[in-house]
Amino acid sequence: MLVFEKSRPGRGCPALPPCDVETVSLPAGDRRGKELHLPALSEVEISRHYTELARKTHGVNDGFYPLGSCTMKYNPRVNEAVASLPGFTEIHPLQGEDTVQGCMEVLHLAEKYLCEITGMDRMTFQPAAGAHGEFTGLLLIKAYHESRKDGKRTKILVPDSAHGTNPASAAMAGYSVVTIPSNAEGCVDIGKLREAAGDDVAGLMLTNPNTVGLFDKNILEITDIVHKCGGLCYYDGANLNAVMGTVRPGDMGFDVVHLNLHKTFSTPHGGGGPGSGPVGCRELLTDFLPSVLVTGEDCCRFERPSRSIGEMKSFYGNFLVVVRALTYILTLGREGIREASQNAVLNANYMRCALKDLYTMAYDETCMHEFVMSLADLKKGTGISAMDIAKGLLDNGIHPPTMYFPLIVEEALMVEPTETESKETLDDAIQVFRSLYELAKTDPEKLHEAPVTTPVTRLDEVEAARHPVLTYDFGAEGEA
Amino acid sequence: MGSYVPNTQEERQAMLEAAGYASMDDLFRDIPEEVKLKGGLNIPEGLSELEVKRKMQSIAAKNKVFPTIFRGAGAYRHYIPAVVGSVTSKENLQTAYTPYQAEISQGILQSIFEYQTMICDLTGMDVSNASVYDGAEAAAEGVAMCRERKRGRACISAAVLPSILETVKTYCFGNGMELEVIPEKDGVTDVEWLKAHLDKETACVLIQHPNYYGNLEPAKEIGEAVHQAGAKFIMSVNPISLGILKTPAEYGADVAVGEGQPLGLPLAFGGPYLGFMAATRAMMRKLPGRIVGQTKDRNGKTGYVLTLQAREQHIRREKASSNICSNQALCALAVGVYLTAMGNEGLERAASSCLSKAHYFAKRLGEAGFELENRGGFFHEFVTVSEKESGRALQALEEHGILGGLPLDDHRILWCCTEMNTKEEMDEAVRILKEV
Repeated sequence: MLVFEKSRPGRGCPALPPCDVETVSLPAGDRRGKELHLPALSEVEISRHYTELARKTHGVNDGFYPLGSCTMKYNPRVNEAVASLPGFTEIHPLQGEDTVQGCMEVLHLAEKYLCEITGMDRMTFQPAAGAHGEFTGLLLIKAYHESRKDGKRTKILVPDSAHGTNPASAAMAGYSVVTIPSNAEGCVDIGKLREAAGDDVAGLMLTNPNTVGLFDKNILEITDIVHKCGGLCYYDGANLNAVMGTVRPGDMGFDVVHLNLHKTFSTPHGGGGPGSGPVGCRELLTDFLPSVLVTGEDCCRFERPSRSIGEMKSFYGNFLVVVRALTYILTLGREGIREASQNAVLNANYMRCALKDLYTMAYDETCMHEFVMSLADLKKGTGISAMDIAKGLLDNGIHPPTMYFPLIVEEALMVEPTETESKETLDDAIQVFRSLYELAKTDPEKLHEAPVTTPVTRLDEVEAARHPVLTYDFGAEGEA
Repeated sequence: MGSYVPNTQEERQAMLEAAGYASMDDLFRDIPEEVKLKGGLNIPEGLSELEVKRKMQSIAAKNKVFPTIFRGAGAYRHYIPAVVGSVTSKENLQTAYTPYQAEISQGILQSIFEYQTMICDLTGMDVSNASVYDGAEAAAEGVAMCRERKRGRACISAAVLPSILETVKTYCFGNGMELEVIPEKDGVTDVEWLKAHLDKETACVLIQHPNYYGNLEPAKEIGEAVHQAGAKFIMSVNPISLGILKTPAEYGADVAVGEGQPLGLPLAFGGPYLGFMAATRAMMRKLPGRIVGQTKDRNGKTGYVLTLQAREQHIRREKASSNICSNQALCALAVGVYLTAMGNEGLERAASSCLSKAHYFAKRLGEAGFELENRGGFFHEFVTVSEKESGRALQALEEHGILGGLPLDDHRILWCCTEMNTKEEMDEAVRILKEV
């Protein structure tokens, strides 16, 4: 039941005292005429309403969440405790610098450590999410070429396996997108890349390991080809959780990088956000970074890069998310960071090897932090699709892998276990995956009906889009 | 060193063997040696939870928490009912991903549907998305969604929050829209200038109401002029003000955007906040970001799903209406809880208290030699002009634990009052300022 349907006129929770000065009214022409319909509920009803909503939501704490590309690792509780310190939450963003030295130190330390992890020279925390970071990074590339009066570079190269945000961000930055096909091994087709590389290329966007979970061995050649044609290389950090402490984007030849602190650095996803998408870059781009950077060791100051692209949003980014990520980095330290990545890769390969006799691996080789299965054969044989297996997982308390992505794999399921899952959890999940495969062969109808244990069964998405109902209709009740 | 890896060394070894690998390094054998990091990361050794907590507490202690704040300018201190934090710290809601799997995400989806309904109720608009990054970014997305093939120029009032103007500029640098800044006159948008500059290439006009200086804009008149030119009217509004102020819909806006932070989110040194975006039904398919819709399951039971996804990046790639993927969902949840806890009367009281206290304080500041700069109506922010130097005045307040208004220059200060400011605080501030 919606909160509006629970509303009873006259109920409420008095939060505010009466005004202690003389009441003033707005000019008549500016007074609200339209009635408000906010719910009227007592606090106990509010509390129970949201407890019910929480119960109908599967989070990382409810069970295994191997959602590929999203790095659904455990969100440590100490991060939350630190992020709720009043010394961070009660600070106005426009206080004088001498009164926010702690906040500036957070940004300074986070920048220092994340630059070390990525091999970059400077980093901005203003971007609020990965896609926002991509857009920022592309504007840096654009500003760089413009500063060199190199106006003919209108194209961004994007592999066909890329996240949808890559081409969308390129379009927002005013670029046309050239798709680079993958080769049979799931990596960049070097020949096709050479053909596309020319003096009209502004840059290449790449994820490595890529979205099929493989590390592109030709990475130095790839970045070299792009640099030789005068373009810059953008690293989509969505998959950094595979390689921290082992290899760095900067050493692979990338010029600009975005990270997803809400993936790799353990901050909660919040049901869709807030995230944080800091952008790091090599020195040739630092003058163009947005907003302000923190400088100085003992006493921090804000400094605006000389040729800044401007602001990406207000203030300094999703600051409390950065606080959580810094807490995480300090906890793990140099060895723990590397260990996290190693175990992410171990967990993925352990699962992959335990499933590959039944499920078809899109690329049957050592994967990084995630692997992609294709259910095309199963679907041909039984009618059971990636979607059906996903829905079957729901009845077993497991959040399904990412479905139907990357687009280059038919009936794809992309599995990313992360390092924070125990062997027992993986063993249980492996058994569930195997039994669902058997079920597909023996009783496919049952899987078509799944899920049956969830608060609702499969929902009619077509109807939702065809006749959009996007708000509660107060209708007659509202008028009464 | 801290670690969140549950498996013991023995278990890891057993897993490596089961998968056919000799060692951890063996897992990374596909990475060329010449690109691998030599010598490990140059970051400190890991710490125990107690050590980390102490270190972060010591960093937080280097910030100054002001018990009294008269500063707004885009970030506002309001009372946040305790139930808000209690709900947003529920682990299921906090740790879930974007609700792609609707059957196990009904809680998140319903909360977004309720949020959308409340944003539409507040603004009077027809449809709302599930949030974008913040108020400035929402304004930039709002401008981008109004672009048409033959209308590629955006006009934006100089009297908007500076970061709104700067963010719109950055987005226009990306997408190539032309940007024209409408000058300000007497603390509001210069309507005559605007009227003279509207033409058939104008895609949209963006104003903020109440504007950066707290002043009420001639929004109705601006909206009419914009529509006469066939352009779209975008209003950036303060959501608390909507408890008593005319809605963007009543002023004729096509798109309403704003900073959602006042609705239950702490100041937090600038984020996370959230941008809200709502539009007329005609603009629905141009909205960026997630949108939740109501539908039925196979048994006819009501449920909620992400909908109208044909606008979005994961389907449309370079043809998407925006690249946004992650939004500020947990902040939108906080807004939903806040508005539920406040109810109509609570929101009206918050808004009315803001208005009344700002007017009381403005009057009292006059006694201390800080005169109102403009004569028109204002909501909870206002600019004073004084012979006294801004820096000295604010320093005097700071010594008494009061964060004064934002200095605009050596003699002008932008003040803000909310329901948090008591009469005693305001009287105390005036007493201090009189002595400057």
